Amino acid sequence: MTVIDAAGLDYKELNDLIREGKEDITLINCLGQRFIASGAEKLHLVIKGIPGNALGAYLDGAVIDVLGNAQDAVGDTMNDGAIVIHGNIGDAAGYAMRGGKIFVKNNAGYRAGIHMKAYKDKVPVMVIGGCAGSFLGEYQAGGKIAVLGLESNGKKIVGNFPCTGMHGGMMFLRGKCEGVAFPAKVHVKTASDSDISEIYNEIHEFCTLFEKDEKEIISSPFTLITPDTKNPYKQMYVAN
Amino acid sequence: MEKEGQVRIPSGCAIAALISREGKRIPGNIISEAMKPMHDRSNGLGGGFAAYGIYPEYKDFYALHMFFDERATRKNCEQFLKERFEIVKSEIIPTRKIAAITDEPIIWRYFVAPLKSVLLSLQLDEKEFVARTVMKINTEMEGAYVFSSGKNMGTFKAVGFPEDVGVFYKLEEYLGYSWTSHGRYPTNTPGWWGGAHPFTLLDYSVVHNGEISSYDANRRFIEMFGYKCTLKTDTEVITYIMDYLLRVQHLTLSETASVIAAPFWSTIEGKDEQEREKLSFLRTVFPSLLITGPFSIVLGFDGGLMALNDRLKLRSMVVGEKDDMVYIASEEAAIRVMEPDVQNIYAPAGGEPVIVKVKE
Repeated sequence: MTVIDAAGLDYKELNDLIREGKEDITLINCLGQRFIASGAEKLHLVIKGIPGNALGAYLDGAVIDVLGNAQDAVGDTMNDGAIVIHGNIGDAAGYAMRGGKIFVKNNAGYRAGIHMKAYKDKVPVMVIGGCAGSFLGEYQAGGKIAVLGLESNGKKIVGNFPCTGMHGGMMFLRGKCEGVAFPAKVHVKTASDSDISEIYNEIHEFCTLFEKDEKEIISSPFTLITPDTKNPYKQMYVAN
Repeated sequence: MEKEGQVRIPSGCAIAALISREGKRIPGNIISEAMKPMHDRSNGLGGGFAAYGIYPEYKDFYALHMFFDERATRKNCEQFLKERFEIVKSEIIPTRKIAAITDEPIIWRYFVAPLKSVLLSLQLDEKEFVARTVMKINTEMEGAYVFSSGKNMGTFKAVGFPEDVGVFYKLEEYLGYSWTSHGRYPTNTPGWWGGAHPFTLLDYSVVHNGEISSYDANRRFIEMFGYKCTLKTDTEVITYIMDYLLRVQHLTLSETASVIAAPFWSTIEGKDEQEREKLSFLRTVFPSLLITGPFSIVLGFDGGLMALNDRLKLRSMVVGEKDDMVYIASEEAAIRVMEPDVQNIYAPAGGEPVIVKVKE
């Protein structure tokens, strides 16, 4: 294992060192450097400190563990691999991600999973252990998002305007989601056992990663949100 | 080159703030250092700081911080000031020569009190008189610009990266109970010393990351009340809106937040009756002061700070605490520079004001 001390390095110097390094790297004293491990394929990176914006952008197979909080736009357009955040994640997590997995132990900011997409076997997944901010899954076009609402202390599991513009993929919110206002263009129902099987593996992985009680989590009802294909987005702006 | 206010180029930015609820006085280098991990949010065309509690020995006087293009302008302006104010002290603001900061104007400060006779004849209260005088200098006196006009506070700004601006103004020599800072990435204007943040009027200062789309609607409304937006930058209009709602209309801070970052009608409908009535009232009375488009701002005022995001939260902002200190920044990394062991880190929701006041 290689240890890189990020103190005083700018993002370019730091990323050059990561690219030159071995496949198993621990980063210490990380503080706000952007684009860490962008596009990385074969790498296991452990980060101590606060990574900057666009952590793991275009990630292509690498595994990143952040032992604390992460900032904005984590996993922007990532294609493959996994990002595990042992804390909170900032705004626009998984922005336009098209493959791979993001696991967040605690809360997510605004616009998590904005414009996630999927194609054939590329199905991105994001599991958020705590609560999510407003505009969760905005313009979601594919992939799966799960929010578990653990240790929510009475906070709503998701903020305002979830699923705005959603036109593909699946969203699982733990609980009955009473008091959450969904747009007319999505279909909201209590998830069946066969629905849950779609996300079971990732919830299992989440529980293993963060040592959570899987039985308790899975025993609760889940709400499943999917686009309502009978009420498509047409003629919203112009009649064409 | 065309100056600020003459051209609009179609802002990314960095903001940070700290405050001691106990009123402990903190040197300015702490916040200046915090801007370093956010370096790439700025482009070197503006950096600045606002500091509160820095002039206790002159706390009863308005501290006018001014830029002048040349000596003659300063002499003229001093004559103008003497006719309106008692000037108890005037001096150059001390700076350091550093390679990163060039082309500095003449930078001067005056501690002043309005002449009682002038106030009586104009029938104006002191603050209104000072505000009008600042507007007059900034719009009518070519080459002179007041960039700070509050009591026991001051702003320090320049063209450059914020961490360099902190060194340039020797901020380690000032002790304030609260500080705000800004790194600028101008996208609408070319970048000029006066156009750097914070923007101020009296003891209000605003640092802003964003690009508001309601600028002209807001400007047309606020200019009806004697404010003059001269710089075509959106932060200037936010500063005047704050002054108008807080000082002139006597709204509370949270009411002011509900005007400029008013919730959607659909969100208002879901509130309890009392809250619904209040929010509807504010949206109805001040529709032209709703600020749309992305912003995260920190408002500094005598005795406190308010941080606020636009209602859609199109810019990032993080808050953390440690003992009596509260820290605010565009990025958590900046907060960790100020306090590595910061606690209760959280991101306020869009339109949710974070108000921190120093204990009386």
